[in-house]
Amino acid sequence: MSKSISKITHNNPVFYDNDPQDELITLNIGPTHPATHGVFQNVCQIDGERIVSGVSTIGYIHRAFEKIAEHRPFYQITPLTDRLNYCSSPINNMGWHMTVEKLLNIEIPKRVQYMRVIVMELARIADHIICNGILGVDTGAFSGFLYVMQEREFIYEIFEEICGARLTTNIGRIGGFERDFNEVAFRKIKEFIKRYPPVLEEFEELFVRNRIFIERTSGVAAVTPEQALSYSWSGPILRATGVDYDVRVVDPYCSYEEFDFEVPVGTSGDVYDRFMVRNAEMWQSLRIIGQALEKIEKEPQGIFHADVPEFYLPPKEQVYNNMEALIYHFKIVMGEWETPKSEVYHAVEGANGELGFYLIHDGGRTPYRLHFRRPSFVNYQMFAPMSSGMLISDAIINMSSLNVIAGELDA
Amino acid sequence: MDKLDNQGIWTYLQEKFGERVGIIGEPHGLLTISTSKDDIIELLSFLKDDEKLQFIYLTDITAVHYPKQQKAFAVVYHVHNLYRNVRLRIKVFLEGENPTIPTATSIWHGANWMERETYDFFGVVFEGHPDLRRILNMDDLDVFPMRKEYPLEDPNRVDKKDFYFGR
Repeated sequence: MSKSISKITHNNPVFYDNDPQDELITLNIGPTHPATHGVFQNVCQIDGERIVSGVSTIGYIHRAFEKIAEHRPFYQITPLTDRLNYCSSPINNMGWHMTVEKLLNIEIPKRVQYMRVIVMELARIADHIICNGILGVDTGAFSGFLYVMQEREFIYEIFEEICGARLTTNIGRIGGFERDFNEVAFRKIKEFIKRYPPVLEEFEELFVRNRIFIERTSGVAAVTPEQALSYSWSGPILRATGVDYDVRVVDPYCSYEEFDFEVPVGTSGDVYDRFMVRNAEMWQSLRIIGQALEKIEKEPQGIFHADVPEFYLPPKEQVYNNMEALIYHFKIVMGEWETPKSEVYHAVEGANGELGFYLIHDGGRTPYRLHFRRPSFVNYQMFAPMSSGMLISDAIINMSSLNVIAGELDA
Repeated sequence: MDKLDNQGIWTYLQEKFGERVGIIGEPHGLLTISTSKDDIIELLSFLKDDEKLQFIYLTDITAVHYPKQQKAFAVVYHVHNLYRNVRLRIKVFLEGENPTIPTATSIWHGANWMERETYDFFGVVFEGHPDLRRILNMDDLDVFPMRKEYPLEDPNRVDKKDFYFGR
């Protein structure tokens, strides 16, 4: 490399000290790259098409939620949880409400629990639709994505009917819901569990026995159960390796123990298995929603929150006309409520895995410390080590199948 | 030990570790024990490898800052026995401005980023960690933002002064 440029002629070729064919190229995938589906960067050393090593850089949309949460009363933290995994915000919201209810020892009526189950399972389906649809797009099959996307839109319409918002829902309150599901919401939920199965069947027909899809995904990024457990994986990607760990089953919340559903598991832990597990989970979610609707019919109608006036915001008309309600309203909004000193760890089965809330409370207005155990963050750390030796195109679909959501990754 | 309940775990650990583990309580049914930083790795490996305990799954590592205490930092581990669904919380209280604790990456690969996050926000140094860099914050940040003395907003910013709002 020491030869000057002027000497380079046909008769005097340059001989490099290192053969260029041995040289590795540094390739930045991200921070904003169409293939990463979110803001994160991987600096890869590549040899031709093959990744030799990689380093993940994350934190591009870090918003210091844990710090902000230390300065906010409980009910103002719900909008923060929306923005963790924004593809399935209701699960995060419910997880947070349940954490606080566990701290305050609030007993939730059965009907409210079933309503929560419906909302959470709808959110899970919406999240899996995104993940599996995008996985299809990344392997070159665009149409399946469009078929199922319509149904996600319908789920968002249901959320809109329940709480008024679509993506960052802020759904529910500590103690229950802000209002009852209306007629339209129930009608749309019933319509959804009727109209979604044929679409999902069509979606599966496009992929499950598709030779191109199988050759692109089968055997790619296969993970053993030991590796997955050592990396603290959870959720569908852990179950794809064959470990039947599902928080809904081992640590039931919201009366999940009353529901009859199966935990689908894979065998090889590769991208194809993750796809199949997510698809199977959508079928199970539909089953759960159907059962929850039946159970709601049997419960006394019109109950949508627990009877805890000191923690549940009273309706506005009462606040204006009733002294007691005004006092409670004021106390709750200002955070001047009496709460026990304690610490709680509560986990829910998020769409990506175990979403945990570790709350330390010292009896003040705000949490003393709140830590989110975010599945995307924990799951993603294996991405760079497992990518070495992989083709770039395989690494891309591997990332899609991990379903890393940047908001949850960076908190 | 047929049933793996809190009492059973605690008695079993006491037989093995004696006074090197202490009990903090069981808030909301989750047994919380404490130990020192010299014993934490031995305790975690024992919890993971022992045939009766089988806490094979590391759920979470984080830290808490208690500026008023002499031991101002607590590193908190959550581990989970997936076979029998038992969770356990372990706390290690640490002294000093720049606390150190041995790393758990030798036991679980997954501890890597959790410890990096804890270091990033609290400045707890995990000795022996293969790659202890900041993870979510920018590299040239020279403070540890989750410590209690660190303000939520920049105290020097002027755009929120009452003056500008006519107050």
